[in-house]
Amino acid sequence: MSEDIRIKKGLSIKLKGKAEEAISAAPRSRIFAIQPKDFHGITPKLTVKVGAEVSVGTVLFYSKSNEQIKFTSPVSGTVSEIKRGAKRRILKVVIEAKAEDDFVDFGKEDPKGLSKEQVLTKILDSGCWPFVNQRPYDVIANPADEPKAIFISSFDTAPLASNYGFSIKEQEAAFQAGVNALSKLTQGNVHLSVNNTPTFFDKTENAVLQNVTGKHPAGNVGVQISKIAPINQGEKVWTVNPQDVVIIGNLFLTGEFRPYRTIALAGSEVAAPQYYQVTLGQEVASLLEGKINEDNTRIISGNVLTGATIASKDEFLGFYSNEISVIPEGNEYRMFGWIPFVGSGKIHSASRTSFSWLSSNKEYTLNTNMNGEERAMVVTGEMEKVFPMDIFPMQLLKAVMANDIEKMENLGIYEVAPEDFALIDYASSSKVEAQKIIREGLDLMINEVG
Amino acid sequence: MGFIRNTFDKYKPLFDKGGKLEKFAPGFNAFDTLVFVPNHTTHEGAHIRDGVDLKRVMVTVIFAMIPALLFGMWNVGYQHFSQLGEAGTFLDYLLYGSFKFIPMIAVSYGVGLGIEFAFGIFRGHEINEGYLVSGMLIPLIMPIDLPLWMLGVSVAFAVLIGKEAFGGTGMNILNPALVARAFAYFSYAPSMSGDKVWVADASTVDAISGETILGSLASGNSELSYSVLDMFLGFIPGSVGETSVLMILIGAAFLYFTGVASWRIMLSSLVGGAVMALLFNLVGVAYPENALLNFPWWQHLMVGGFAFAIVFMATDPVSGAQTNKGKWVYGFLIGFLGIMIRIINPAYPEGIMMSILLLNVFAPTIDHYVIEGNIKKRKKRLKTA
Repeated sequence: MSEDIRIKKGLSIKLKGKAEEAISAAPRSRIFAIQPKDFHGITPKLTVKVGAEVSVGTVLFYSKSNEQIKFTSPVSGTVSEIKRGAKRRILKVVIEAKAEDDFVDFGKEDPKGLSKEQVLTKILDSGCWPFVNQRPYDVIANPADEPKAIFISSFDTAPLASNYGFSIKEQEAAFQAGVNALSKLTQGNVHLSVNNTPTFFDKTENAVLQNVTGKHPAGNVGVQISKIAPINQGEKVWTVNPQDVVIIGNLFLTGEFRPYRTIALAGSEVAAPQYYQVTLGQEVASLLEGKINEDNTRIISGNVLTGATIASKDEFLGFYSNEISVIPEGNEYRMFGWIPFVGSGKIHSASRTSFSWLSSNKEYTLNTNMNGEERAMVVTGEMEKVFPMDIFPMQLLKAVMANDIEKMENLGIYEVAPEDFALIDYASSSKVEAQKIIREGLDLMINEVG
Repeated sequence: MGFIRNTFDKYKPLFDKGGKLEKFAPGFNAFDTLVFVPNHTTHEGAHIRDGVDLKRVMVTVIFAMIPALLFGMWNVGYQHFSQLGEAGTFLDYLLYGSFKFIPMIAVSYGVGLGIEFAFGIFRGHEINEGYLVSGMLIPLIMPIDLPLWMLGVSVAFAVLIGKEAFGGTGMNILNPALVARAFAYFSYAPSMSGDKVWVADASTVDAISGETILGSLASGNSELSYSVLDMFLGFIPGSVGETSVLMILIGAAFLYFTGVASWRIMLSSLVGGAVMALLFNLVGVAYPENALLNFPWWQHLMVGGFAFAIVFMATDPVSGAQTNKGKWVYGFLIGFLGIMIRIINPAYPEGIMMSILLLNVFAPTIDHYVIEGNIKKRKKRLKTA
């Protein structure tokens, strides 16, 4: 292991309702759905009709721009509905589940003995490819590319995030198999970053281990890439979440697409926060029933900084979520709430205009209030304090807002993903929507540069 | 709280989309959000948000100015009565000072916020809080006897030309408070400089000399009637807010503690000023008749508006350098050039204000080179990869 990387800039927000280290199996839901909105930039082309019988691993749709990228069913049953929105855009492919799953057999093989093409074909056919993400642009990778390296971050420092060292510790063999498979896909290294705490990750072979410590976003793979092998113009780096490495590994160990994941159900509005074993695309209601306070709360698929709102319990688990966070809505007025230091016990701030920094170990119950209104960017230096990359965040945001492509390139748009700007969303006194701006900038780059 | 909230809620529909007074919504919202942090929740991006917002930042800066403000008002009374040879109580001084000064604050806020509200309503954007600080700074850096109409015209010029013409808060190139001062200085010089304006009634009552330390040094008089402790504590004539280094330091400590103003700019300005003053002290050995040159360098940092300017005006994030490296250069040059202007141009001893305006103009250039360095690094990495 090379020298430790210590992330000094950033902000770890401690929230109430951290998941206990205990795993229960979530009840199997009656219906499941795969939602194209989870896959940014993908236009789905359906291969099934309503009424079709599907098994786990049967292709539901593929990407219009690249037929190799397939999306398969996480459950066996009958396609019961294809829900469309405006302009007939596909919103959901809903499957009514059978009591027992049967699996499409993709063949049990040790990835070590396979060629790059064989590994690639198996991952693509099984529907595991969407787990492979690409930087730049933060989209599903193009299998035809040659990535400079593949990065896996074994820990997440976001508030209330899953502890992968705990949640997948039973899956050590599958994780190793997944790493073996991924290592076939790049001429470069598979980088696995670990945190100080000893976990089974430390024993992983076929990967370059790197110890990364410090505040959030130390666990963000983008930050690790920028410190280990920053992305230059024209280069591609792939990233995979450890839970998804396990799914890829299981594909090779069992020959089946096993879309299971252990997610944390956390947040101040959860009665007993803990881990649950779930299936991708399962209905949220089946998991949350009776476990949360539903009165004026927000359910978030993912963590509180980067996740997506789940509008109702009839919605489905996101394809990439590793946790569900439930926090109070903040639709209330606070009289003179802008006076510094008032209500420090409830108001958390990265700035020192609240005394919250004095009690850094206190767990806060934060709600979804904006705590102010959007304003021009006035204060300088506050974004830099929570942004550990060698990039000028405010200048990059302004370049994106001005659609100045050359400036965006120069300032490092290829190195960032929206999640890297999540803390800027949080900490900025101008309440700028930094993640949204960066996403728009990346989309502009995809269209203009490709 | 319930009653006030209900009152706002009762009239809110009038200002909502489609309401009768829709056009005046920014004005209504400004009052509503002043009393209540709104019930808006996050819709995209991070679901939780920091407790800080622009109002909180601006109010923090105003808090930091309060010690200098209170002392300044007291000192207005103290200077006036002590020069007349009359003794007064603490309360006499403070009352006299507030009687003189509070109208200035009222005019500054009245004119400035009036224009801001008008712009908000005409352009249909929310009213930014930036003027809350500028509006307090402007009276603090003016002589106490400045006629109120001149103050009002200066404020109007600063807000219209210095700020709104560029797009409002966050877009201005120059510090609006300094624009007001520069405008007043060049337009109404007799009321803004000389030895008759710095103590209340100095121009009408012969017994009062309104001369500042810098003014008397500039006229070649090296015999000062004030001790170093007077300068530090602020028992000297000058603009209302800038005399007491101690009170300004308390404000600076508060700004540093809350992290609202850049300590980099404050520190580097101080170093820049000290270096320049020291250099002039060395040169001064050859010119013993020049009192400004030979004024000890560390005392240079205590007189005039130097301390006030580097704490409250150089640190304005909008008109200053925005990158951390840039802030070091920006601050250093402010201090360095400020003392240079003060000593070389005796017609305008308060050089620090000019120096900040000058560096406001150059701040984007400084940032440009800092950012260019980052870009070069990225391009070099591409070449070696």
